[in-house]
Amino acid sequence: MDLFAGLPEPLARAWERSLTSGRAAHTRRRFLAASGALAAGAALTGCGIAGSGDGEKDTGDKAAAAKDYSAKEKKVVFSNWPLYIDVDDKDENRRPTLERFQQQTGIEVKYTEDINDNVEFFGKIKPQLAAGQDTGRDLMILTDWMAGRFIRAGWAQRLNPANLGNVVTNMEARFRNAAHDPGRQFTVPWTGLSTVIAYNKKTTGGKKIESVSQLLGDSSLKGKVSLLTEMRDTVGMTLLDMGKDCTKFTDDDYDAALAAVQKAVDSGQIRRFTGNDYTEELAKGDIGACLAWAGDIVQLQADNEDIEFVIPAKGYLYATDDMLIPAKARHQANAEALMNFYYDPKNAAELAAWVNYISPVAGAKEELARIDESLANDPLIIPDQAMIDGGHVFMDLDEAKASAYEDKFAKLIGA
Amino acid sequence: MTAVAAPAPDVPPPARRRGLTPYWLLLPAVLWLAVFFVAPLFYQASTSVQSGSIEKGFEVTWSWSNYTDALGEHGWHFVRSFAYAATATALCLAIAYPLAYLIAFRAGRWRNLLLVAVIAPFFTSFLIRTLAWKTILSDSGPLVSALNSLHFLDVTGALGLTTGDRVLATPLAVVCGLTYNFLPFMILPLYTSLERINPALLEAARDLYATPATTFRKVTFPLSLPGVVAGTLLTFIPASGDYINAQLLGSPGEQMVGNAIQKQFLNVQDYPTAAAMSFVLMAAILIIVTVYLRKAGTEEVV
Repeated sequence: MDLFAGLPEPLARAWERSLTSGRAAHTRRRFLAASGALAAGAALTGCGIAGSGDGEKDTGDKAAAAKDYSAKEKKVVFSNWPLYIDVDDKDENRRPTLERFQQQTGIEVKYTEDINDNVEFFGKIKPQLAAGQDTGRDLMILTDWMAGRFIRAGWAQRLNPANLGNVVTNMEARFRNAAHDPGRQFTVPWTGLSTVIAYNKKTTGGKKIESVSQLLGDSSLKGKVSLLTEMRDTVGMTLLDMGKDCTKFTDDDYDAALAAVQKAVDSGQIRRFTGNDYTEELAKGDIGACLAWAGDIVQLQADNEDIEFVIPAKGYLYATDDMLIPAKARHQANAEALMNFYYDPKNAAELAAWVNYISPVAGAKEELARIDESLANDPLIIPDQAMIDGGHVFMDLDEAKASAYEDKFAKLIGA
Repeated sequence: MTAVAAPAPDVPPPARRRGLTPYWLLLPAVLWLAVFFVAPLFYQASTSVQSGSIEKGFEVTWSWSNYTDALGEHGWHFVRSFAYAATATALCLAIAYPLAYLIAFRAGRWRNLLLVAVIAPFFTSFLIRTLAWKTILSDSGPLVSALNSLHFLDVTGALGLTTGDRVLATPLAVVCGLTYNFLPFMILPLYTSLERINPALLEAARDLYATPATTFRKVTFPLSLPGVVAGTLLTFIPASGDYINAQLLGSPGEQMVGNAIQKQFLNVQDYPTAAAMSFVLMAAILIIVTVYLRKAGTEEVV
């Protein structure tokens, strides 16, 4: 048997023996077991996970052909984050601006707060999108980088400017272009987000915390500092603090920023990496100083006068949460009507007064002043020029880079 | 002709139907397992040997290196998870045994009330119960201040269980959270097996001049062993895969393998490595449990 040609004679004999009559012989049972294993192997090979796109930067909208049922079905399905829309003071199940939208347009809004986390939500609806199916949603709110992922994969519908009169007229100039969506062809900002430094005066003993280097290095804050689990926020702020440009940086810059944070983690300076849950601990004083989202701080400050925020002199990170119409959505025109509605300064002001995040709508300041003068003058809601100038957007990353960066960051935050 | 045909019903069709009945009864369970256990397991197995990227998609390339990556890069997460889970299980046993014993033998008319007290925390969600610990263990809260003035934190600090004057965001907090959350899973099986012990056996031991300690060692404990085994399994297995406690009560230094798998799936989007990690976790638990059951030498688990 030439099968065993390369083997020494006794070994080859032994092999032959064992294969023909010994334990490895093809008995019926063995054959069945082997073919079972083979079949399982073949079936395993048959599996595989479809990619999110062709890999190329393809913004040609595959979804454009989706049929619009807006005229026939007067409804729109809207997915949003919790506490991200105005609710009635007395009855929290009533949302005044949405109700007004329904009255004005006759379009019924099915509103669900089912987004808690960009990546989790993405994981949830990805199978449907990848299979080219309708997700059952017409409008969703995603952070800009996640919206970018949708656009690159061809999972966002191109907007029709004819339906977006208010958006075209009232969007603040600085929002009109974005790295992830050049010319805002697919997305419309819902709110602007800024990442700032916040601290609890009581815990720091009245000391001002003014920079990320202080967060990472001030030994009086040891074990009392939290950073954010969002890679872009934590690394972006560190990059800015190191004097780097977070809109354009190299792998080495990224590694250097991670090393700086790693040092603080190793020395026990950093207590935790948090999502939105830093708010309670900051209010209690368990966290002395942290990276925080401006909208949260406005709300915290309303209840607790010890909470202070600082815009670092070297700049802060700035992002948007965008409204986006997913591929195969049934009611594009209705969703666009809703976008348009929230770009009426009056409605925008009402929304901003409740959610306390930056309003991207020009003219919202004047309307907001009518509701609450102090909110209109809060730079965290209506940024002044200095605040606008200090904001930087994190570099738009392609999937491979994002994955590599997230991997390194995940190791840093301990998982 | 009919006379010849008549005996035919002797081959009884009802018997055949009876023969199939068990299978019909099995059907729901089999379907359930097929859809919610076998299929996901199979899919996961396939994912764990794929390679590719989120953009281009993943294909089965039999890349076993996912497994070495999972072990190489996250080995510590596995070790930490099993160490925390084992500590929590030991603590649970130490706390639960006396309590289960009390409820089974000494509680009298309070028995039902005590059982309700054990089960009642389940009426609140797991997440809320864990979040409550954040308030209880808050740095400036009364508990931590008391522990601090008793110099308890100096002791745990020396053991490496806590850092500074705090309990939150330390290994101690994570282990306490795990212990608290899984305690009922220990108490209930212990209680059922203790409660089944025939009091006559204990009397017999006393009649034969055994001291209470000997009675416990020779009679009560061996008879409660099935409960001990079931309780430790019900505590250890979910505790080693848990990620909520480490997420909410731990710091970057206390993240467990559950956290690592979650991050790998959702943030890094490296599905193959994440699937491989899940498989390694399952295999490791299976091995630990098998060895444990062999050592514990009990065939019957409750």
